[in-house]
Amino acid sequence: MYTEKVIEHFRHPHNMGRLAEYSAIGKVGNIVCGDVMWLYIRVGKDDRGRDVIADISWETFGCTAAIATSSMVSDLAKGKTLAEAIAITNQDVAQELGGLPPVKMHCSALAADALNEAIYTYLSEQGQEIPDALRRRHERIEKEVAALDKRYKAFLDRETRKAAPPETGESKCS
Amino acid sequence: MPERIYLDNSATTPVASEVFDAMRPYFDSAYGNASSLHAFGREARRAVEESRAGIAEFLGVLPEEVVFTSGATEADNLAVLGTAYARDRRGGHVVSSAIEHHAVLHSVDWLASHGFEATLLDVDETGRIDPDQVRAALRKDTFLVSIMAGSNEIGTLEPIAEIGALCRERGIVFHTDAVQGFGKIDLPVESVDLLSASAHKLHGPKGVGFLFVRRKTRLSPLMLGGGHERGRRSGTENVPGIVGFAAATRLAATERDQVTTRLRAFRAKLLEGVAAIPGTRLNGHPTESLPHIANFSFAGIEGESLVMRLDEEGIATSTGSACSSPDLEPSHVLVAIGVPLSMAHGSLRISTGRQTTPTDIDRLLDVLPRVVKDLRDLSPFKVGE
Repeated sequence: MYTEKVIEHFRHPHNMGRLAEYSAIGKVGNIVCGDVMWLYIRVGKDDRGRDVIADISWETFGCTAAIATSSMVSDLAKGKTLAEAIAITNQDVAQELGGLPPVKMHCSALAADALNEAIYTYLSEQGQEIPDALRRRHERIEKEVAALDKRYKAFLDRETRKAAPPETGESKCS
Repeated sequence: MPERIYLDNSATTPVASEVFDAMRPYFDSAYGNASSLHAFGREARRAVEESRAGIAEFLGVLPEEVVFTSGATEADNLAVLGTAYARDRRGGHVVSSAIEHHAVLHSVDWLASHGFEATLLDVDETGRIDPDQVRAALRKDTFLVSIMAGSNEIGTLEPIAEIGALCRERGIVFHTDAVQGFGKIDLPVESVDLLSASAHKLHGPKGVGFLFVRRKTRLSPLMLGGGHERGRRSGTENVPGIVGFAAATRLAATERDQVTTRLRAFRAKLLEGVAAIPGTRLNGHPTESLPHIANFSFAGIEGESLVMRLDEEGIATSTGSACSSPDLEPSHVLVAIGVPLSMAHGSLRISTGRQTTPTDIDRLLDVLPRVVKDLRDLSPFKVGE
């Protein structure tokens, strides 16, 4: 079901945990789908004065694929300029892992979205100009979060006994 | 990799060597079609009927009340849909529960979208149904109640005898999916009109099951053709499969008490061992349970990752029912018993079998705390913070 590369990243994930100091977090996913990813970035400058992802880490609640894609997106983004990091897509993540089973493709989307959201948060907080592509993806992610929240509510309503409120009220979803 | 340990016996079990030996001749020497007139056919027919009689005797029913099928999914479908079809378009009302296997649930759903009405009963936080709930749900036009004997996901036993008695008083057909219980626990078959079972959950082969159909229970066949199984299930009999099912039943009959005692002790040990890990809960009932199934949730981690990590350690387990693994939504059973969403995705089902050893359980309990901690270290949700 999973490629060797996926299993390898799952077995020995890279850049896991929470950075002691970080510039921004991207939080995506929803407990109802069983995937929540928090991605931390520390932005620094390269020798040409450009913003780069000096360090990156993540914490993920999710399946094998979610953990492997978290690990892979952190590898792909580390040391890249923000412009380069923005260009990383979920296909890049999946491809680098040698592919994902179709039902698990949403995990790679989650990883790319988490990176997108971390950069978006960073640029917004810095008052920097937000590239169009980044903004468009952010808007798409927000829309999906809203749709998922709706589904989440429907899910809770469907339960006959009330489940405890989610511990992930602030999390976002892809 | 260390020696592999199989703790997913609710998904399927290894075929016992006695069972395999009993089946072997029916592949390549006694290979006749049980419907044929010649000696080959008669040999196969004898094997099928002896098997039927053996299973019937074990269950305490008549041989002609045992209908062989391709497995429990077909038996469940035949029970629910066959009973409804036998009503000649009169429609009517079916009662079932929120935690049934999908083979029952999807059949009930199908009826509900084709002119019938259905009530799915809730269960309590351990997965139990109260017979009073069934009583309250029954209507004048209720013709079928289908409640499982024991949950495939969480192991909880249902009060089948009481529910059956309620139905009997009112002339309502009562079906129970006894797939996980057959051969492991006492089944109150006298209170039941229809009962499904499967060979491969009991160290028999895959691809064969049966539906017990009490005499005079009206049932339309789903498989039409040569009129096999007294017209209730057409299709050439799976002779080696049926022989294997009977052999597995014989084996269960001789060693059940001893195996069940062992499995109960394993379950108690698992409950104790997992309770010692912080942020865990038992899904199911502490005592009113099938002996071989224990289901737990682990806060902060997701079940598939846990299953994969244990697999890396050579230990085979499951997140719930094997068929629902690719679903993104948490298990309908865990939702029904009110497991918080934050824990419903982190479930692990451990199911033992006659081949399970104390060492297997020790190994799992040795590995589990470390694996859980590793995954929690990756998770944004910290337990105990």
